[in-house]
Amino acid sequence: MSAPENNETGPRIDEPTGTATMGHEWDGIEELNTPLPTWWLYTFYACIVFAIGYCVVYPAIPGIKEGSHGTFGWTSRGQLASEMDAAKAARAPVLAALDATPIEDLPKNPELLAKAVAGGKAAFKVNCVPCHGSGAAGSIGYPNLNDDDWLWGGTLTDIQTTLEHGIRQPGDAATRTSMMPSFGRDGILKPADVQDVVSYVRQISGQEPGNASAQRGAALFAANCVACHNPDGKGNRMFGAPNLTDKVWLYGGSRTAIAETVTNAHAGVMPAWGNRLSPATIKMLAAYVHSLGGGEAFAAPAAPAADAASTGQ
Amino acid sequence: MATQDKQPFHWHGAIEKNITLLGVLSLLVVLVGGIVEIAPLFWIDNTIEKVKGVRPYTPLEQAGRDIYVREGCYLCHSQMIRPFRDETERYGHYSLAAESMYDHPFQWGSERTGPDLARVGGKYSDAWHVQHLTAPRSVVPESIMPNYAFLAKNELTKPDIAAEVKSLAITGVPYTKDDIAKAKEDLFNQANPDADNTDLIKRYPKAQARDFDGNPKKLTEMDALIAYLQVLGTFVDTESAAAQEALAKEKGR
Repeated sequence: MSAPENNETGPRIDEPTGTATMGHEWDGIEELNTPLPTWWLYTFYACIVFAIGYCVVYPAIPGIKEGSHGTFGWTSRGQLASEMDAAKAARAPVLAALDATPIEDLPKNPELLAKAVAGGKAAFKVNCVPCHGSGAAGSIGYPNLNDDDWLWGGTLTDIQTTLEHGIRQPGDAATRTSMMPSFGRDGILKPADVQDVVSYVRQISGQEPGNASAQRGAALFAANCVACHNPDGKGNRMFGAPNLTDKVWLYGGSRTAIAETVTNAHAGVMPAWGNRLSPATIKMLAAYVHSLGGGEAFAAPAAPAADAASTGQ
Repeated sequence: MATQDKQPFHWHGAIEKNITLLGVLSLLVVLVGGIVEIAPLFWIDNTIEKVKGVRPYTPLEQAGRDIYVREGCYLCHSQMIRPFRDETERYGHYSLAAESMYDHPFQWGSERTGPDLARVGGKYSDAWHVQHLTAPRSVVPESIMPNYAFLAKNELTKPDIAAEVKSLAITGVPYTKDDIAKAKEDLFNQANPDADNTDLIKRYPKAQARDFDGNPKKLTEMDALIAYLQVLGTFVDTESAAAQEALAKEKGR
């Protein structure tokens, strides 16, 4: 468009700085034509060169049907695939060792056990945390896995079976299953009877002193509950029947909570993880849960001292 | 110091001194940038890849999606699993563009205070969702999610679900005339365990029809939201071997 007006006279040199001005002024204000710093200018050129190189080696330029592929052949999905392959290869020796080791022999190999526990911890975070909590402490309806109170058994093999086949999973022949009757709802016990049973259960768990109601409850307990919960109320793992004499309660140990359980029985479920996870992952999870503090040793009836030794935690 | 004539780009002064020329040239630059960066996404094969299994949401799922948007779930939860090892190992297969093709608007999100929900469908039980939405800390002690207990009390109010489905159809979601006509009964039947839902499941494959919130007598906002959550990311069978192979081989992404 219009050329600079006073080109023939040349721009004025500003005296204090020695820099040429742009040659225009507004109300006595002039603009210095300070050149760009050399380092900045060359960095700028370097960026342009880099960008051209980048467009050549990486996918960048769109086309009609697809974009350019770049000479490196890089794709985000391809990078993921190679990262996953590398991770898989890194895990392969441990997984192979786990596949070759029956879970019963795992405690004999402390190094492999430690790796299994670490792997189990990661798998637990992905799969188990929603119900059992990030610290495996459970919540109402979801068992705490840190204690030594087990519904279905706490040895490595017991835990492995529970993980693999789940609890009350229809269609899995080996699933852990049992059904507590809804004594109140189905009219097996009258509401007053339920309250008596609750009194008795509260007595044997040491929460209430014995009284007349508990005495009546004892008779009802003997008639209705002992088949699964045992005459001493300590439960039976064959049926996943909980020990009623301790302070551990899956659905709460208050009068209301126990009355609710006796009236409308609970039947908690757990997925059969054998359908979703590899056998090695299940072994790792079993090792991790076993290591949390309550893991039981094999074939050690009434030997709690052996537990601590076997878990090594 | 060099004089103005010897400066490189001295001609640039002409652009700087002419506002119209500057405007026209700026527009050209932005246009080229837009055409190069945005326009190809509408025709390049791998951004419009067709994936088997994606279907429109059922009216109940769509209603749940509306609640998801209303409550601002996207402010903390993304629905976009990126192709990184850490994300795919935690959340599952990375998201595919086609999986959100019927989302208006999509819920990819960008803030990840909570976990990604793109593949949350089927990961937890309905009962877990009810408990978690009612009192998040009862199942996840470290959670900072607000309580949404009121969802179970609020009856689902959708005065004209057929109109909503129809307007989605206008934007390009392939609802059939049949789907639009039956939208209202679909909305109620999907959460009704006594209703016959074979037709619904035929029109919406993989739809899950059951009572979601543990209260079969009432259709609540909880029903709708859980129906939506349980279907997220379940349309496409990403684990099938053929899909994996094709995705790993493809180029240009």
